[in-house]
Amino acid sequence: MQDRYISIEGISRAYPAPGGGVTTIFDDLWLGVARGEFVAVIGHSGCGKTTVLNILAGLDVPSSGVVVVDGKAIEGPSLDRAVIFQSHALLPWKSALGNVAYAVASRWPKWSRGEVSAKAMAAIRLVGLEHAAERRPAELSGGMKQRVGIARALSIDPKILLMDEPFSALDALTRGTLQDEVRNICVETGQTVFMITHDVDEAIYLADKIVLMTNGPGARIAEIVVNPLPDGRTRNDVHRHPAYYPLRNHIIDFLVTRSKSFDGELAAGRPWDARNPPLVNPVAPERAPLAPVPVPAGPSGEAVEAGPVLTQAQRRRTT
Amino acid sequence: MTKPIDLRAGAVSLLILVTFLLAWHLTVSGGSGVQKMDPEYAKLMGITTTQGKSAMPGPLDVGATLWGHLKDPFYVRGTNDVGLGLQLGHSILRVMAGYLLAMAVAIPLGFLIGMSPLMSRALDPFIQVLKPISPLAWMPLALYTIKDSGASAIFVIFICSVWPMLINTAFGVANVRKEWINVARTLEVGTFRKAFTVILPAAAPTIVTGMRISIGIAWLVIVAAEMLVGGTGIGYFVWNEWNNLSITNVITAILVIGVVGMLLDQLLARLGRLVTFPE
Ligand SMILES: Nc1ncnc2c1ncn2[C@@H]1O[C@H](COP(=O)(O)OP(=O)(O)O)[C@@H](O)[C@H]1O
Ligand SMILES: [Mg+2]
Repeated sequence: MQDRYISIEGISRAYPAPGGGVTTIFDDLWLGVARGEFVAVIGHSGCGKTTVLNILAGLDVPSSGVVVVDGKAIEGPSLDRAVIFQSHALLPWKSALGNVAYAVASRWPKWSRGEVSAKAMAAIRLVGLEHAAERRPAELSGGMKQRVGIARALSIDPKILLMDEPFSALDALTRGTLQDEVRNICVETGQTVFMITHDVDEAIYLADKIVLMTNGPGARIAEIVVNPLPDGRTRNDVHRHPAYYPLRNHIIDFLVTRSKSFDGELAAGRPWDARNPPLVNPVAPERAPLAPVPVPAGPSGEAVEAGPVLTQAQRRRTT
Repeated sequence: MTKPIDLRAGAVSLLILVTFLLAWHLTVSGGSGVQKMDPEYAKLMGITTTQGKSAMPGPLDVGATLWGHLKDPFYVRGTNDVGLGLQLGHSILRVMAGYLLAMAVAIPLGFLIGMSPLMSRALDPFIQVLKPISPLAWMPLALYTIKDSGASAIFVIFICSVWPMLINTAFGVANVRKEWINVARTLEVGTFRKAFTVILPAAAPTIVTGMRISIGIAWLVIVAAEMLVGGTGIGYFVWNEWNNLSITNVITAILVIGVVGMLLDQLLARLGRLVTFPE
């Protein structure tokens, strides 16, 4: 990889196992993220995605390895890396505006109250919540709360945006709208984003690269899928693109079978280097995976069915 | 839907009160009738007890006495004859002094215990041993070391109100949601600012619950403490009136103690509603 703005270098995380010894959640992860790139990590619940994101945020430390951001090893949380939490994590005693203003005041402690509030209001407006700025989180819907979370993260002009399943708690309609908004903002500002998701379509719509993680314990980055869809894609036309189904099938096939059998593939002699997980373009035939492939192709209608069934099963495990 | 049930509950309350007062009145008037039947006995009692007030007073006597106290709560006619309002004032001042001291100690210490697992473990054995000691057991020690009865009473209030506040503060602080702490951490908020802008508001409902328990205990204990140290205060008033065999005054004082206790509790309940946030 050329530009490594974020460079994950051989990190692992182990917890003491109940019966003595340790459980290694994930092991020897290497990944580079270029400036302005949108990377999504997808993998089953419990494989350590949140732990990786927390390490990037500086909230957790790896058992071994380092993460380097812009040439400096991460030593703790930083205002340069904003986090959008899965559970929105708004302070319930502050209004929507108050929550955003708290972040702005932390970022620019010398600013006057007026400057802070103007900047916070701009972020609130960006996510379309100006009518609800004075409401407390308890008076906001799930989607509005997550909007405030997004506004709070964007308000501090972060260099990197870290998102942990930001839309998973929302209904489908709200999720779609918020995905559009986030995509617009990120495309416009060239934001570097590291997102965790278990929603295949979300990853396909939003990400430039989709990182596939195998199941834990001892989870690895099996491969990095390059999104072949055009940058100008919209949520309503992604599924019309010829590359969409091969891409989607490839990811779903990974989640259904290969995330479990990957170690077997390696044992069977599949060439793979932890430091350089293969970049895969599922559309180009020569890059097609070596292992047992797709769910019986079938008419496209059936393939669409496969997705929701899988994501629901995963969702149950996540929540 | 709540209005009717409030109204009905009020009606039942009133009914219970009236029934109780009536029963009280009838029992007592019957009793004094028996006493009138035995004038010699009554005379004997009248002589041995200063004013013949040994008879159980009825609700009307208590009402009249209460009205008398309410009309003139702040008179001073000698060391042992001081208005009920002044006695109450003394008690409330002592409770406030001991309680504020306890707050000043318990809340910062509770923060320390809640934020530091090390201090939490280190101080735990002391708290476990000190907490179950009856506050009055400290009284002799306090009198001996402080050598001032008023200050000793304040100390006893301090020692009894410190524990619920300390334990609740420590618990509230230790159990602030991890995600709120993480928000502060990702925003690089310093320890001091974090304590005031995240931990304090998050733990405030729990802290105020501890304060409410404390004020209740303090008000229970002040009466007993003042019976012991004497001089002034509503506890001393009760004991003094018992020695005067003025049961009417004792009952009046009991009523007043209950009402003031309720008001103190309501005050803290209101504070609790102020700091509670909906989630
Ligand atoms: N404090 C901890 N102690 C022990 N195990 C933990 C701890 N935190 C997380 N884990 C384990 O680490 C694994 C990865 O967790 P997480 O990163 O939340 O996974 P994901 O986000 O992919 O669902 C899980 O199996 C979880 O049980
Ligand atoms: Mg997770």
